Amino acid sequence: MSGSYYVPATSKWPALGSLALGVMMIGTGMMLVHDRGSIVMLIGLAGVLAVMALWFRDVVVESRKGLYDAQMDRSFRWGMGWFIFSEVMFFAAFFGTLFYIRFFAVPWLAGEGTKGATALLWPEFTAHWPLISPPDSSIAGPAQVFSPWQLPLVNTLILISSSITLTVAHEALKEGQRKVCRNWLAGTVLLGLCFIAIQGVEYYEAYTHYGITLEAGIYGATFFILTGFHGLHVIVGTIILIVMLARIVRRHFTPEEHFGFEAASWYWHFVDVVWVGLFLTVYVF
Amino acid sequence: MAPKVPPQPILEQSSTAAEAGHGHAHHAPPKGILRWLLTTNHKEIGSLYLIFSLTMFFIGGIFALVVRLELFQPGLQFVRPEFFNQMTTMHGLIMVFGAIMPAFTGLANWMIPLQIGAPDMALPRLNNFSFWLLPVAFGLLLSTLLMPGGGPNFGWTFYAPLSTVYAPPSTTFFILSLHIAGISSILGAINIIATILNMRAPGMRLMDMPLFVWTWLITSFLLIAVMPVLAGVVTMMLMDINFGTNFFNAAGGGDPVLFQHLFWFFGHPEVYIMILPAFGIVSAIIPTFARKRLFGYASMVYATAAIAILSFLVWGHHMFAVGMPLVGQLFFMYATMLIAVPTGVKVFNWVATMFRGSISFEPPMLFALAFVVQFTIGGFSGLMLAIAPADFQYHDTYFVVAHFHYVLVPGALFAILAGAYYWLPKWTGHYPNLRLSQWHFWLSVIGVNLTFFPMHFSGLAGMPRRIPDYALQFADFNLASSVGSFIFGFSQLLFVAVIVLCVRGGQKAPARAWGDYTDDLEWSVPSPAPLHTFETPPTFHRPAH
Repeated sequence: MSGSYYVPATSKWPALGSLALGVMMIGTGMMLVHDRGSIVMLIGLAGVLAVMALWFRDVVVESRKGLYDAQMDRSFRWGMGWFIFSEVMFFAAFFGTLFYIRFFAVPWLAGEGTKGATALLWPEFTAHWPLISPPDSSIAGPAQVFSPWQLPLVNTLILISSSITLTVAHEALKEGQRKVCRNWLAGTVLLGLCFIAIQGVEYYEAYTHYGITLEAGIYGATFFILTGFHGLHVIVGTIILIVMLARIVRRHFTPEEHFGFEAASWYWHFVDVVWVGLFLTVYVF
Repeated sequence: MAPKVPPQPILEQSSTAAEAGHGHAHHAPPKGILRWLLTTNHKEIGSLYLIFSLTMFFIGGIFALVVRLELFQPGLQFVRPEFFNQMTTMHGLIMVFGAIMPAFTGLANWMIPLQIGAPDMALPRLNNFSFWLLPVAFGLLLSTLLMPGGGPNFGWTFYAPLSTVYAPPSTTFFILSLHIAGISSILGAINIIATILNMRAPGMRLMDMPLFVWTWLITSFLLIAVMPVLAGVVTMMLMDINFGTNFFNAAGGGDPVLFQHLFWFFGHPEVYIMILPAFGIVSAIIPTFARKRLFGYASMVYATAAIAILSFLVWGHHMFAVGMPLVGQLFFMYATMLIAVPTGVKVFNWVATMFRGSISFEPPMLFALAFVVQFTIGGFSGLMLAIAPADFQYHDTYFVVAHFHYVLVPGALFAILAGAYYWLPKWTGHYPNLRLSQWHFWLSVIGVNLTFFPMHFSGLAGMPRRIPDYALQFADFNLASSVGSFIFGFSQLLFVAVIVLCVRGGQKAPARAWGDYTDDLEWSVPSPAPLHTFETPPTFHRPAH
């Protein structure tokens, strides 16, 4: 430990960031509760994005000035690692929901087990999954569900390939082959964009032809919360990778020191793993 | 652009007294409010957290006093039931998320870098962000009280469908404010964990760390593991309220009990988040004033870890009465009772530390001793509640209220107060006023017990919680509780007086303010601690045994 740990002087981004986040949340609340305030929300959102961009820019500039030492690098690594762990737990809540609903709540509603008394509410109800006909007839379930072996399989292959192309890009960076790295990284970004586009098509299909909507009983709810938050993470991950591409083009990073790139790839692999779990539990089984 | 600090040359010696003198180091901080808005200094951010927490403590306290005022005698006197519900809810939310948690984070900010010999937190700008999210979150939360239909009125546990189908429109804002507070907690915890794992002075192994650092390491892990689950469950509420999903609606195949599972998967580790750092503080104070080394350091560490692991496996004990398969009830019952083992180890170690010690009773020690006794009472009533068949009787009565207030008020809060008294000389350079501190302590102890002890009896006799009126036979217990709560509440003003006096003057404290019986590194820097400490890491010398 060199004794020169970089403690940044005062910064205006954190305070502005929390202000912007507050404005965004107030705007969101106004939109949801009072049906107005989208301007407030958009101003807040723009503020949040701007602060993130400028704050990260500061970090990049400081890093390129050589202000960070090995200890600082470790702080970033721990920080990113634990951040991804928090994301894992966020998704765990939704996966847990899906399992609880499938293996406990729905069978109970049909009269199974010690909590089967709930079957008195809807005596006609029979447990099945995907839940096409929810217990109460006032709630319409989905008309049909997606076959996992069409678009979802394509998307699985796309994301798994993107993890491989990203690893190739990373290896190339470590070898100092900047052009190779750039090309494979660009390929990864492209795969990410394809995934997002296909997911968009699937959502369109869900609403127009399949009757899978947010309101379509618990199946629609779990389907959209899992795929929706995952999709959001793919979008964020793709943006991060685009930033990394720009940094590669501008000749940032060295074969030895490129934690920004590594953190981006950690995040991408995490998003990929979540998808595999999602593919298996939401689509296949 | 943030001002940049050039890389600092390696200093020859520890610059613990270096706030002046070294011209190379620091730009003059901005003046006035900007200094506090923009600061990246762990001590300033720590102070901000503590002041914020104290403010929320009084706001949440006023809500509690409204509740106790209404319950002073049977019948409806002062408030409408709808407002009463908002007060119980907001009291809980503000105290848990706004007072206790930020107080511990504030102490962590101040003390962890000092205790491990680090120049600052690992990610100082993120640290500032974590703090300034809190006023935003709680400003938004408090503003719901003024919205049409009032603020949250469904209890701090916000069970669906009470918090979804039957909730006031402001619930959406409540959810969003909880999101902001959650982001603050997660980022704060990431920062603390990175600091502890990466910033220790050379030579300090994990098993050399003071217990306050250890307990916070484990607490950070709990925070990072469960705050996202809370974010998930409130997001599902948001969807049910605004987007027509059926997560908590059985008619659509969902389940209201699902809410309780998710909430308590967060909620039970959350209660340890509010007590583990308290264990750390008490484990620092008792050896200092018993003038002995802490008994069983390693077992303290393992006990803390064991409690943390078990905390993920016991959430169902909050839900015995809602209905659960028998296997689940048995599992959660036995797992919960298991927690008494590591907790017992801790209490034993504190007592053993004092055994044949040369004890003196300065204010921090008074609060720490009260903690050990009173927290144990709360622990025992927790054991009673863990017994599933008995819990059917106790569930949702004042017995539960008595239990968790014993672990949170003379438990977590007393430890925070003990920590504040213990470290005030380090923060301000002055000892807290002895007379006032003693008055504060004794009035607090009397007030707390007068408030919460009778609740055991009213609860066992069947008085339900969260109801603004009650049957006549509970009148005497409630009268006592209300009197006690006002004694306790108003005596906290003495604490404010102590702090103000201590900041402005008082008996000067040396670096080792409480004597030579503790080796913790914070006592090696001057009192008051200069703005920047340990800019060059000190070499850690393992104390000889």
